[in-house]
Amino acid sequence: MVKSTGTSNLTRSNRNWIRGYSIAALVMFITYQYLLPWEGLPLGIYDGINKWMPPAALNESLVYVIMALGLNIIVGYAGLLDLGYVAFWAIGGYCAGWFMSEFFYFLNINFFGSVPAESPGIHINFWLVLLIGGLVCAFFGALIGAPTLRLKSDYLALVTLGFGEIIPQVFFNGEDFFGFNISNGTKGIVRVDPIPAGVKNLGPFDFGWKLLLFIFLAAVMVFISLRLRRGRLGRAWLAVREDELAASMMGVPLMRTKLAAYAIGAFSGGLGGVAFATHVDGVYAERFNFAISIFLVAMVVLGGMGNVWGVILGAFVLSWVNGNGLAAFGSVYNETFGTSIDFTSFTFLLFGLVLILMMLFKREGFVPESRMKLLMHESELDEEESVEKKKKVGR
Amino acid sequence: MAKNISVAFGGLLAVNDVSFDIPKKSIVSLIGPNGAGKTTFFNVLTGLYKPSRGNILFGDQDITDLPPHKIAEIGIARTFQNIRLFGLMTAQENLLVAMHSHLKSGVFATIFRTKRQRKEESEAVDKAQAILDFAGVGRWTNEYARNLSYGDQRRLEVARALALEPKVLLLDEPTAGMNTQESQVFIDFINKLVAERDIAVMLIEHDMKVVMSVSQRVTVLDQGEKIAEGSPDQIRSNPRVIEAYLGKPKVARK
Repeated sequence: MVKSTGTSNLTRSNRNWIRGYSIAALVMFITYQYLLPWEGLPLGIYDGINKWMPPAALNESLVYVIMALGLNIIVGYAGLLDLGYVAFWAIGGYCAGWFMSEFFYFLNINFFGSVPAESPGIHINFWLVLLIGGLVCAFFGALIGAPTLRLKSDYLALVTLGFGEIIPQVFFNGEDFFGFNISNGTKGIVRVDPIPAGVKNLGPFDFGWKLLLFIFLAAVMVFISLRLRRGRLGRAWLAVREDELAASMMGVPLMRTKLAAYAIGAFSGGLGGVAFATHVDGVYAERFNFAISIFLVAMVVLGGMGNVWGVILGAFVLSWVNGNGLAAFGSVYNETFGTSIDFTSFTFLLFGLVLILMMLFKREGFVPESRMKLLMHESELDEEESVEKKKKVGR
Repeated sequence: MAKNISVAFGGLLAVNDVSFDIPKKSIVSLIGPNGAGKTTFFNVLTGLYKPSRGNILFGDQDITDLPPHKIAEIGIARTFQNIRLFGLMTAQENLLVAMHSHLKSGVFATIFRTKRQRKEESEAVDKAQAILDFAGVGRWTNEYARNLSYGDQRRLEVARALALEPKVLLLDEPTAGMNTQESQVFIDFINKLVAERDIAVMLIEHDMKVVMSVSQRVTVLDQGEKIAEGSPDQIRSNPRVIEAYLGKPKVARK
């Protein structure tokens, strides 16, 4: 009896989100693909959309959503703090740079690529590169994880911090990597192949269709997250997050469980990297900086650790504020009040402030996971109680 | 099963040359004053500490150097002196975690929810429910472990250990904080457990009433050394045990 209701609830909730998600995706897609270029659209709305949420900014937000969902598996599910997630983004990006551009001009490999067969370089089909990028990242995740996951949380965070610095630096200075040019250094790898999508190839300006693609990738990550969460591995992650020692005593292999979280999280970083490379039509080393790692952690924490919907919201809001929202707000403010304040220079001040306020008043994030909410409020209570007790003792 | 175990922390010898054997389908107890090394001994058996000397055998298998999760998989389950449930997981999830090593579904099976995975999950859920019912916490299936009463948390912890399908169950002060009536219920539960399942139970216990009524054999540790072993009656009248618990009679009083 208990079992049957349990399973049916489970499938139903899964189907529910797919319907809602699809509708949202369709609305966004139609708005940007058909409504925006439509000549009958009132100029006010056209300007409004382009000012507050231009297609490029929306797509970039979605790339962040994909990555934040991956980081959520590491930070939110398994409770491992990773401050170097940008490394996976970079590796994914360079996978796209290597395998679908003319970067290796001295080679001529074309595997279902979207460019003519005679063009130099490696041109592997985009969909395959997605998979390759993800798997390479998962491999690196496991590689970095294997020696470091034995560390306790704070030390692990420090090591990931180092990793997140090393990888981008290697690419940044990669023009001469033991005699090989692996990244074109600061020049970056410019022009990656368009995305083959049936009837047409999607270049850098096909925002609408790529929007749909990114939404789909994010949906894949949501799907993976939700499914894994309900299964054997998800329970093990939760148990490790709750009480590592008890989990190992109950037969949960700690290393393997944590490594799985790391690898699957990294996989998503690889997807994000490849997606981003097609979004900006190139791979630029200076984009992969340390601030991105912190930014991603902030998205997960603000949105609501462990809850995919919270994380999506967090990623959306933060990347929007960072990319476009603040600038748009600034220009409106300046026009209205005749001032000339550079709002974008306050970005990090604002983020710092928001983080502090959130930690003070809504620690569990915008859309918390139910368990997290309990945990956060409990600790609050405990503090108050202990303060009360201290007061009493003091008297 | 355990042979000549010694555990040293730096210069401190916490357990010194203790040998111990848990026969099949038996209930044995480990008692001793505070700091005698009882819990340390448990921690060695479950792989949390590696003994400085000595071996642990499970049947014919040497499990001394296995990591904790392997030992759990082989069939030694435990509860903790201070309850260590996964507080923010439901009672059912707590048990399902303990079944981890018995479940086979991998990442891909879980993502694609294969037929086998669904079957395995629903069987695991049924089994968890059966164990919860057996342990008397069946009505708390979907309640977070932390919300249960103290006694129910103790019972749930035993249920979680049972979900591992252990051959040996180590209980660290299971009746701590229980009143006489609750202890009696617990004694009945342990007896039922051993009667119905192929399992051996080892208790650490301070409540002598519990120890004396359930144990077939009692071992006494004091300052890391085994000072006595025998049936409850033998232990009751053993002068060294009385000495360890009550102190040495002063010569003057003779």
